[in-house]
Amino acid sequence: MKRYDLIIVGAGPSGLSAAVEAAKRGLKVVVFDENEKPGGQLFKQIHKFFGSKEHKAKIRGFKIGEELLNEANDTGVEVVLNATVIGLYQDKEIVVKIGDEVKHFKGDSIIVATGASENMVTFDGWTLPGVIGAGAAQTMMNLHGIKPGKKILMLGSGNVGLVVSFQLMQCGCEVVALVDAAPRIGGYGVHAAKVARTGVPFYLSHTIVKAEGEECVTGVTIAEVDDKFQFIPGTEKHFDVDTICVAVGLSPMSQLLKMAGCEMEDNPKKGGQVPICDQYGETSIKGIFVAGDVSGIEEASSAMIEGRIAGICASYYLGFIEKEELDKKYEELTNALEGLRQGMFAPKNRGKLIEKTEEGIDVSMNLLEKGYLTDEEVEKYPGVTHAKGIHPVMECSQNIPCNPCQDACPKHCIKIGKNITALPAVDESVECVGCGMCVASCSGQAIFLINENFEPGYATVTLPYEMLPLPKKGDKGMGLSRSGKEICEAEVVEVRTSPAFDHTNLLTIKVPADMVMKARFYKGKEQ
Amino acid sequence: MSEVNDRSRDIGPFVPAEDDDMIICRCEEITKGEIRKAVHEGMYTLNEVRRFLRTGMGLCQGQTCGKLVKSIIARELKVSPAEIEPATSRAPMRPIEMKIFAKEAKEVE
Amino acid sequence: MESRIEEHPILGVQEKGRIVKFTYNGKEMEGYEGEPIAATLKAAGVMVHRYTKKEHKPRGIFCAIGRCTDCVMVVDGQPNVRTCITPLKEGMKVETQYGVSAEPFDKQ
Repeated sequence: MKRYDLIIVGAGPSGLSAAVEAAKRGLKVVVFDENEKPGGQLFKQIHKFFGSKEHKAKIRGFKIGEELLNEANDTGVEVVLNATVIGLYQDKEIVVKIGDEVKHFKGDSIIVATGASENMVTFDGWTLPGVIGAGAAQTMMNLHGIKPGKKILMLGSGNVGLVVSFQLMQCGCEVVALVDAAPRIGGYGVHAAKVARTGVPFYLSHTIVKAEGEECVTGVTIAEVDDKFQFIPGTEKHFDVDTICVAVGLSPMSQLLKMAGCEMEDNPKKGGQVPICDQYGETSIKGIFVAGDVSGIEEASSAMIEGRIAGICASYYLGFIEKEELDKKYEELTNALEGLRQGMFAPKNRGKLIEKTEEGIDVSMNLLEKGYLTDEEVEKYPGVTHAKGIHPVMECSQNIPCNPCQDACPKHCIKIGKNITALPAVDESVECVGCGMCVASCSGQAIFLINENFEPGYATVTLPYEMLPLPKKGDKGMGLSRSGKEICEAEVVEVRTSPAFDHTNLLTIKVPADMVMKARFYKGKEQ
Repeated sequence: MSEVNDRSRDIGPFVPAEDDDMIICRCEEITKGEIRKAVHEGMYTLNEVRRFLRTGMGLCQGQTCGKLVKSIIARELKVSPAEIEPATSRAPMRPIEMKIFAKEAKEVE
Repeated sequence: MESRIEEHPILGVQEKGRIVKFTYNGKEMEGYEGEPIAATLKAAGVMVHRYTKKEHKPRGIFCAIGRCTDCVMVVDGQPNVRTCITPLKEGMKVETQYGVSAEPFDKQ
């Protein structure tokens, strides 16, 4: 049996972060992961992350994964892949399947960072090939370069459902509808808006009645549900699809902890069975720590911070660092973590309907029910102003922890302030130079540059564009409204790409002047 | 005594439902009706249903159906799913062939 | 192979291994070495990986990360191989699984 100072189960964002912090402090660390590659789900995340600089905001998930792997290599962390932990016992002994045999290891401390598994809902035909989890869709398209289907219906409007719907369109699939049994969209409004403006209809208070097909999915029927989640007869709608993607939440994969004898609780706010732990992530068994989704479902950004905290706490538990260092790092990291846990979508607000922003502005019910702000509502937010010449319009209407736009503007004309959940406001005394850095920096793709006085009778809208094929200057097509309806003729007058934009291209379209506050997406003629 | 484990409580008769033939445990192909019936036959915990029907004992070890079975039992017992005792967790946590499970690696130091 | 993403707006053109030959139910097919068997089959339009033991119902990719075991097939004669996490190799013999066998039910 081999002994380590610290054994970590799971080489995802939290496990690797924990390993890095512990290895830096001199612990002999090993990380076991059952997968062929490390990084957990990070390498499937191709969107830009939220948060602020310390949370690696506006960097795409897979890039953060690459950075984390480099950090792990540099600090000499041993990562054993294709290594399935099949048992964890009270005296911190683990059994791992590696190749075609089992091996035993003893850790003086253990960090369990096993992540989560996908929830499922049942409906007639849910076992048919073609019904897949949202994670499966991400794995196929973003890791293996395979389209999960041609025509897809997404069930679930949380961030996973919204983000994966957008990613499906990015790889060339058609998303026919986004469906959720809940009466309101669960994820960020900005994620919903970027899906809605491409023309995907949202069906809230709807769920799947039946997946159709004999050998595989050929269609799907949805219907409206009442407030007791019962189908309302006569509301059925049919779609021809070959794939149904299910994104209905995650559950902590905490079985190893239960096996080890850690005290557990069933906590719906955390997604299910989680270990009871103290502020440092230590379970009821001294020296067994947890980090990431296994201790409660959150985002990858918070998982990485929790991992770092656990790594530092394990170092202190084994005497590798003094109390002062623990306290200092703990405070710093907890502040970063708390920064992410603020705003409307904070864990403490889960399931609550918030009707006003921190600024006292009404939250758009249209956004929550249909996925987009109405033309009237959008004018109420501090990021939306009218000025002569080019200026930013920030359609950011919910308090989410995110502030890259503030740092992106070289002229400092965007203000969020210290509280990163505040809505961005435009400082009208500073002149916008139209560089587009804010447009590209917005992880929610909610910032546009508009020029209401482009030429007589015409205005321009500069929008973020992450699809292929990329339109060219001179192309003519249609301007789409926030709900994805074709509302006007549009001509592409400029296409900007730059390494600084990190694959978010800036498309400037010329539209009739009265459409400048309505047109928010572009559709080429031949598509 | 917890209400969940109160076997003298009347939970009413088994009433057939339209979706009783819906597969819940995909690996062992156990239906919703079978699980509901099991509750009425006295299986009030995940462990009991598991032993009785093999739900969650297939290749995936309950990764997909665990929560679903729990909510079905809870609804039959008219309690919240959080009150249902979770199933025992024991090694091996993942499907593993017996020949590998029994093959201890030789210590080479 | 229209299911393959030629170019991705964020990821660009993804690098693949060399092309290898394998058989699917006796028919010779091609895929990229090292990619999951399930990915190769998906690109070729194969949806059904197996038929279940009790009800003989079709199943295919569901979780794609080796958890759900719905995509298992008979690979090189061994049943219950999770094709979503098993890399494709030259000369592999991949067969639809019926129950736990590669023999269709009427021949079992």
